[in-house]
Amino acid sequence: MHRGKGLKFVGDSRVLHPSSRKKKGPKDYSEYPGKTEAFWPDFLLKEWLIGSVFLIGYLILTVSHPSPLERQADPTDTAYIPLPDWYFLFLYQLLKYQFASGPYNVIGAIVMPGIAFMALLLVPFLDTSKERRPFKRPLPTGFMLLAIASIIFLTWESVVNHDWEAAKAQGEIREEVSVEFDENSEGYQLYSTSSCIGCHGNAFEGGIGPTLVGTGRSAEEIYEIGKNGIASMPAGTYQGTDEELQVIAEFISTLEASE
Amino acid sequence: MLNKIYDWVDERLDITPIWRDIADHEVPEHVNPAHHFSAFVYCFGGLTFFVTVIQILSGMFLTMYYVPDIENAWNSVYYLQNEVAFGEIVRGMHHWGASLVIVMMFLHTLRVFFTGSYKKPRELNWMVGVGIFGIMLGLGFTGYLLPWDMKALFATKVGIEIAASVPFIGGMIKTLLAGDEVILGAQTLTRFFAIHVFFLPAALFGLLAAHFILIRRQGISGPL
Repeated sequence: MHRGKGLKFVGDSRVLHPSSRKKKGPKDYSEYPGKTEAFWPDFLLKEWLIGSVFLIGYLILTVSHPSPLERQADPTDTAYIPLPDWYFLFLYQLLKYQFASGPYNVIGAIVMPGIAFMALLLVPFLDTSKERRPFKRPLPTGFMLLAIASIIFLTWESVVNHDWEAAKAQGEIREEVSVEFDENSEGYQLYSTSSCIGCHGNAFEGGIGPTLVGTGRSAEEIYEIGKNGIASMPAGTYQGTDEELQVIAEFISTLEASE
Repeated sequence: MLNKIYDWVDERLDITPIWRDIADHEVPEHVNPAHHFSAFVYCFGGLTFFVTVIQILSGMFLTMYYVPDIENAWNSVYYLQNEVAFGEIVRGMHHWGASLVIVMMFLHTLRVFFTGSYKKPRELNWMVGVGIFGIMLGLGFTGYLLPWDMKALFATKVGIEIAASVPFIGGMIKTLLAGDEVILGAQTLTRFFAIHVFFLPAALFGLLAAHFILIRRQGISGPL
């Protein structure tokens, strides 16, 4: 048998001599007329171009959207609302429906995804007809379109029902601020006995709300926020008298981070 | 010179058939976008592999700085992101690549499904492909924990609770993944790191090799 570089190939190694071709099974593509092209180097060069265009888009995405990093994991923060990566959102959303949560959790978490995955895995044995065109096999095509529609719908529902601003705020990296203040001052006494301290922390370091150190706001502005709220802080959160609020506002406006 | 080296190796190892299987085959017209623009759908598989290669390379560079331990994991990622030269780019590519690989793989799956390419004789390759899909989702799930930030920890908690709800063996799966029956902590991070960096890639390489060998053996399915 001839071996090595001198060996002459015609077309593709999978193309058998017509006499040894079996009649069974699908036709090999080489039996169709058409302009075939050598993979190496002709086709690979064109593929490389497509790959390069793809890579440019990929790099633009990378540079324009730096990958997110939230603050270091804190297992004691039980108020944190979790969210998986976007391609798991539809599974996560499924668990929020009544028929798939609570006592039926196993249906939403295991049974439905399990059936879908097994159906996908066993598709070749469920759809055994020789027909390949999608319109000629309505059942597999229909089920797949239904599955895609469900995934898109569930992902959409999950996205619109999630509070993205709150999610961003709850994960933000907080710079550690320390501030020196007189704990016996009237301002701090009023602050620590009001509802402010619940969200803004014992030492103004922040919590659910932002830090109050170095806000750059005047006492009047802080007074207004205490009255009318800001962002996710509703109006009327402060329950005390206007005079006390004025004292607190003046105290907060003096807070500057210490080195 | 190159020819001489080739001949020297070929004389001993008979590499021409190997070269032929890897590179020296023909591309049929119906999958070539140069002839039919709509044939771009046949690029999705190749692009999935392209992103996978980028994931492997960027992941290898990330491990040069990443420390899989709860004290330092977040700090090492923060340092990588903000201090290391091009660290933001390498991490960014790994982060976005994880999404792109899912997108491309999804599109590739749909192409194979709607062209009916999974039919006889390619059933086995379809099943290998679905296996790769599962491995990729596993890589996405385990990789999400590694930065050890808030979203990582709490998303993983949910994921592990879901795994724990499997009837009968749920508790065992949870212990296997988290390293403890209750706590999700130091053990979990090192386990997820090992799974993400060693176990799943090993399985992925095996399945990818099988995927490609089967493609070379069976060829691309014919035109519709």
